[in-house]
Amino acid sequence: MPDLRLLNAEPSDAERIAIDAVLGAGNGANNRTARDDRTKRHLLLPALRAAQQRVGWVSEGALGYASRRLAVPPAEAYGVASFYALIALEEQPADVTHVCTDLSCMLKGATVPEGAHPSPCLGLCERAPASYRTIAGEQPVEEQIPAVGPPLPQAGQSGLRLLRRIAAGVDPESIDAYIQTGGFESLRHARELGPEAVLREVTESRLLGRGGAAFPTGVKWEAVAKQQALPHYIVCNADESEPGTFKDRVLMEQDPFALIESMAIAALATGSSHGFIYVRAEYPLAHRRLQNAIDLARSRGFLEGFDIELRIGAGAYVCGEETALFQSIEGFRGEPRNKPPFPVEVGLFGKPTAVNNVETLFNVLEVVTDGGEAFSGIGTKDSTGTRLFCLSGAVARPGLYELPFGATLRELLDLAGAERPKAVLLGGAAGAFVGPDLLDIRLTYEDTREAGVTLGSGVVIVYDESADLVGALLRIAEFFRDESCGQCVPCRVGTVRQEEALKRLAAGRAHEDELQTLAELAQVMQDASICGLGQTAANAVASAIVNLKVFAA
Amino acid sequence: MSVLLAAPKKMIELTVDGEVVRVFEGSTILDACRMLGNEQPTLCYGDTLTPVNVCRVCVVEVEGARTLVPSCSRKVEAGMVVLTDSERVRTSRRLVMELLGSSVDLSTAPDALAYIEQYDAKPDRFGPDAATVVQDVKVDNDLYVRDYSKCILCYKCVSACGEDHQNTFAIAVAGRGFDAHISTELDVTLPESACVYCGNCIAVCPTGALMSVPEYEKRQAGTWDAENETVVSTVCPYCGVGCNLELHVQDNEIVNVTSPHDHDVTEGNLCIKGRFGYQYVQNRR
Amino acid sequence: MFGAGGGTSSYEELRETADLIILWGSNARDAHPIFFHHLLKAVHRGAKLYVVDPRRTASAQWADLWLGLDVGTDIPLANAIAREVITAGLVNEEFVARATTCYDAYRESVEPWTLDEAERVTGVPADAIRELAHAWGNSRYPQMCWTLGITEHHNAVDNVLALINLSLLVGGVGRHGTGLQPLRGQNNVQGGGDMGAIPNKLPGFQDVEDDALRAKFDAAWGVTIPPKYGLHMTDMFEAIEEGTFSALYVIGENPAQSEADQTRARKLLSSLDCLVVQDIFRTKTAEMADVVLPASASWAETEGTVTSSERRVQRVRKALEPPGDARDDVAIVYELAQRLGVDLGSPRPEDVWNEVRTLSPMHAGMSYKRLEELGGIQWPCWDETHPGDQFLHGRLWDNVVKNPAPFTPVKHSPPVDVLDAEFPLRLTTGRRLESFNTGVQTGGFSSPLHVGGEALLVSPEDGARYGLRDGGRALVTSRRGAVEAPVAFDNNLRPGLAFMSLHFPDLVEVNVLTIDATDPKSGTAEFKATAIRVEAIA
Repeated sequence: MPDLRLLNAEPSDAERIAIDAVLGAGNGANNRTARDDRTKRHLLLPALRAAQQRVGWVSEGALGYASRRLAVPPAEAYGVASFYALIALEEQPADVTHVCTDLSCMLKGATVPEGAHPSPCLGLCERAPASYRTIAGEQPVEEQIPAVGPPLPQAGQSGLRLLRRIAAGVDPESIDAYIQTGGFESLRHARELGPEAVLREVTESRLLGRGGAAFPTGVKWEAVAKQQALPHYIVCNADESEPGTFKDRVLMEQDPFALIESMAIAALATGSSHGFIYVRAEYPLAHRRLQNAIDLARSRGFLEGFDIELRIGAGAYVCGEETALFQSIEGFRGEPRNKPPFPVEVGLFGKPTAVNNVETLFNVLEVVTDGGEAFSGIGTKDSTGTRLFCLSGAVARPGLYELPFGATLRELLDLAGAERPKAVLLGGAAGAFVGPDLLDIRLTYEDTREAGVTLGSGVVIVYDESADLVGALLRIAEFFRDESCGQCVPCRVGTVRQEEALKRLAAGRAHEDELQTLAELAQVMQDASICGLGQTAANAVASAIVNLKVFAA
Repeated sequence: MSVLLAAPKKMIELTVDGEVVRVFEGSTILDACRMLGNEQPTLCYGDTLTPVNVCRVCVVEVEGARTLVPSCSRKVEAGMVVLTDSERVRTSRRLVMELLGSSVDLSTAPDALAYIEQYDAKPDRFGPDAATVVQDVKVDNDLYVRDYSKCILCYKCVSACGEDHQNTFAIAVAGRGFDAHISTELDVTLPESACVYCGNCIAVCPTGALMSVPEYEKRQAGTWDAENETVVSTVCPYCGVGCNLELHVQDNEIVNVTSPHDHDVTEGNLCIKGRFGYQYVQNRR
Repeated sequence: MFGAGGGTSSYEELRETADLIILWGSNARDAHPIFFHHLLKAVHRGAKLYVVDPRRTASAQWADLWLGLDVGTDIPLANAIAREVITAGLVNEEFVARATTCYDAYRESVEPWTLDEAERVTGVPADAIRELAHAWGNSRYPQMCWTLGITEHHNAVDNVLALINLSLLVGGVGRHGTGLQPLRGQNNVQGGGDMGAIPNKLPGFQDVEDDALRAKFDAAWGVTIPPKYGLHMTDMFEAIEEGTFSALYVIGENPAQSEADQTRARKLLSSLDCLVVQDIFRTKTAEMADVVLPASASWAETEGTVTSSERRVQRVRKALEPPGDARDDVAIVYELAQRLGVDLGSPRPEDVWNEVRTLSPMHAGMSYKRLEELGGIQWPCWDETHPGDQFLHGRLWDNVVKNPAPFTPVKHSPPVDVLDAEFPLRLTTGRRLESFNTGVQTGGFSSPLHVGGEALLVSPEDGARYGLRDGGRALVTSRRGAVEAPVAFDNNLRPGLAFMSLHFPDLVEVNVLTIDATDPKSGTAEFKATAIRVEAIA
């Protein structure tokens, strides 16, 4: 341990037991020998989470104890703890409710009762208004409210690919049910093919990432596979936090074995022996089902030579940015790294890492089963396969939809039952508003790019005539101001100035050149921010001003 | 006598503002610019620190790149075409200075003030109600003060206190977004913290947010006399390591002690004795 | 070492190349903070750090392995490491054969020190000793660093020799990247030795008893230098006691507070016929003086040079006008000479330095101009084209080694001040980060870190055992005297071990307790090993 000066406060027995349960026994220092061990910092967030789950908050004693056990300087531990919205550094009741006040829930009249905390999007948009409740104690409780949403709109429908098992109602907690419906066949096939052939299929499939950046999966995997540095890691980015997005949650809750299987294939192809799934804290059902799936898959021998660890976030949208996610797993503040170097070279723990979104990985099963060429025949030339869309807002049948690339926005809205939309937000808070004039746009990477909008994470929030668009813009600005990590100036201060300007516009107190200021902020945030958060923080606002003429005199 | 030599480094050729320059592989765009005498504005960059590229005032345009890139940390690549003074670059730099100038007290930050002038930035464009980081000065010990109203969050103090040099880790960035700030654990005072008063944070602070008590008091009293300050190099009177000191003297009185960044022994760093232990000489007066 | 006293390697080698660093009896994190910066860069680069120290110090907390030996058992530990290196076949046979002598005697001398025997004597578990031995034997670029934990013992020189033996065993000297670094405690203790301010050497480590060398100085100075070694400070005190020494001229030292067994030291100082003290302060010693010569601060009020731990000669410069009648040391000495009837010429520091360069070959190339341009130069620097040597003893790697380095078998000799029922606790002394020596200088600034610095640190177990209270006060008694001190519990001390700093003599006179058992070769007292007992004071 470095020569740390540690906090004086001691943890309570309950806190100590909770933290020890995560960290195991000490390193055996005695009064004759001792070793500096700086390799366990990655357990900081799990330790803090354990303490909070036990007593409801992270006390000085718990923070100090975790620091001491992990050789993390207390100031840094505090910096990490204070980074995450869900870590409480002041005493609070054991029973805490976080009420979603974000875009979809806002449209459904969300209100925050006395004592509850307002929250950014909880990924429960199809059942809006929603909340998330935690009860600390010996048997901690974490629950999503409402516990159950509307049924899958495409339930029972055949011909689905990614949602096949979910539409058929296969038991997500039974490995036998999974196996009986073709589970682990792709993995078996992949092992027969071998790493090079799997890489070839994935490359041939022209599968693009579904998290928002649309990077070719095959290219990413090949880049990792060829790196000399060892070990390689495979990381599943399941920190789904883009307002309006809930697709990965549904996949993880309802078909968790498929994610484990696809990660095993990814590990095979990239030469990784260790995988992490980083899931946002607000998805407790997904945590349970994934852990169950990992445990069962491991005990049945499907994870030979490979293991998967579940890591849970603590309330930070920015940790969905891949390098911020690494920082978070490693026990640091979720501050994005500058790129290059890219994760395929210098990723998790500084090693070559393939990071993939949940939906992307689900597609890999299809690619391996059908072959890359067959896969690439689905959808359009540049957008292969099918795509999940998260429908919420003013629609009759909110929920998750799977469509082959090429369907138009109008077709999707018709399926979901949207009548006379005034505006549609595509791609979430980092996406763009489109007006009724753009409903015939084909939902592909190429068409959206050409129209200057984005599919992002598949968000489709529908606003009808009654919707308060200015309110939505203010909420988006508030969201980015709240979620900016604070590292770079354009985003840290720019998101504040953007919100201030919007507030003035909304209140009719705008400065003379307010719209120009907003446009300049948008340009510079996009040009000069370190990561995608800052680079897209002005997108939706700018699109509303241009496409919807929100503040036109 | 055998001295191990690293493999010779490859030379990389690139173009900066139309001028061709060749630099060693592994150099940054900023290094290349400096080779050409083409100085770039920097705030969070420190010559003895690992670049954190957070201030974004050094951004430049690289042909083919979607966004601007930080010149302080981006490594050169063969054939790179760099623009350091395009309209796009100037706009970003100007706005970055406007964002900083509108939220932070830059009155003792000479470089920042120069960039505001250079890029014709108008920090007051955001109006009088623009949020700022104004707060009370932290005076909790006799050696140095912390005025975070002047903090641009460049991370330099954190890097110097941390792995780059001191490895004491008494401070870190805490909070998030606009509330992010430099903090000890739980915001305790310095005497309650792990601080060892090496002052290596003061040595890298670009804005005067961190300042020795003598300087702070003289500035408060209006007796700070930077124009008549002399700087004399000498060697620390304490242990045998041989740290070079720069004694900053005003009116036959040492007001600050620094160490040259380019001297191999210290790289600008000192310990509490070297930086603050000079007072005994003056106590004889 | 091997003639000229100085670290054989440099900070840069340690920082950039070393793959194994041993800090032995050194708490560099607190005592040499900027050296520790270099060390930490090495650690972050992947170098292994082993720390040998009775206390789990701030330095030890960075170690891959800390070995907490009993005070004064360094030789058993070193010899056991050597034996294990030999047994495991990790000796650099080629180097030992070509560049050393007396290996067989050495090998025989360490033979009794099995791992188990060393564990019994040192308290360090055998497997930890084994691990360190194998790390040492397998290292390509080992660095051995030590400080007063090695030298403030009655057998200081033997302790140093034990470490040198270890380095010879693996060829850990004379090559770039590896070496021996005794860290110097004061900014010019190295320079003092360089300039001949030791009883047996003339400037440039030229032996006083070498007639040819002495003749050179006789000629230059127009005097006849006595052809025999002078006295160490501790010898001087003995001479005072014997009545053969009656006048003392003290420049920049405070023996009335810094000497072990202070009661005796003060008695002897006050029995002198004449005590002259030249200092920048009115120290306790100055208060006893017949004549006080107020001096200027050598690092801020005068021009000159000092030499650092890595043999780097660097310039000090005048930044301030000295107060009152204070004068430059050189000027005082020249004036004194004048009054004694000798005209030494102009007291210009650069002239004095240039004279050094003509008489000390290892300094010959170090003009003020070059010192300025190069940011200091490491000796030896033979002429004005020579860059200075980064490391010493490269000759040991010549194909034919003219002056091979001898192994020197050394025997364990436990601390003189033995523990017994009456004095059951081992008190060791040392430095704190924010303070320096007797606190004369560091007392001048106000620091939150000074708080509690004078306390007696004990393990919580000993605190309970002797009825002490954390934050209370204790009477600390040794065979020589007793002092009162505040008490603080320290989890980094094991039962049986207590610690005090030496920086606050005005608050707690630690050196009333310490023993003046002195190493016959170096003249250093055994500050590190005092037997004490403690009693709570209400």
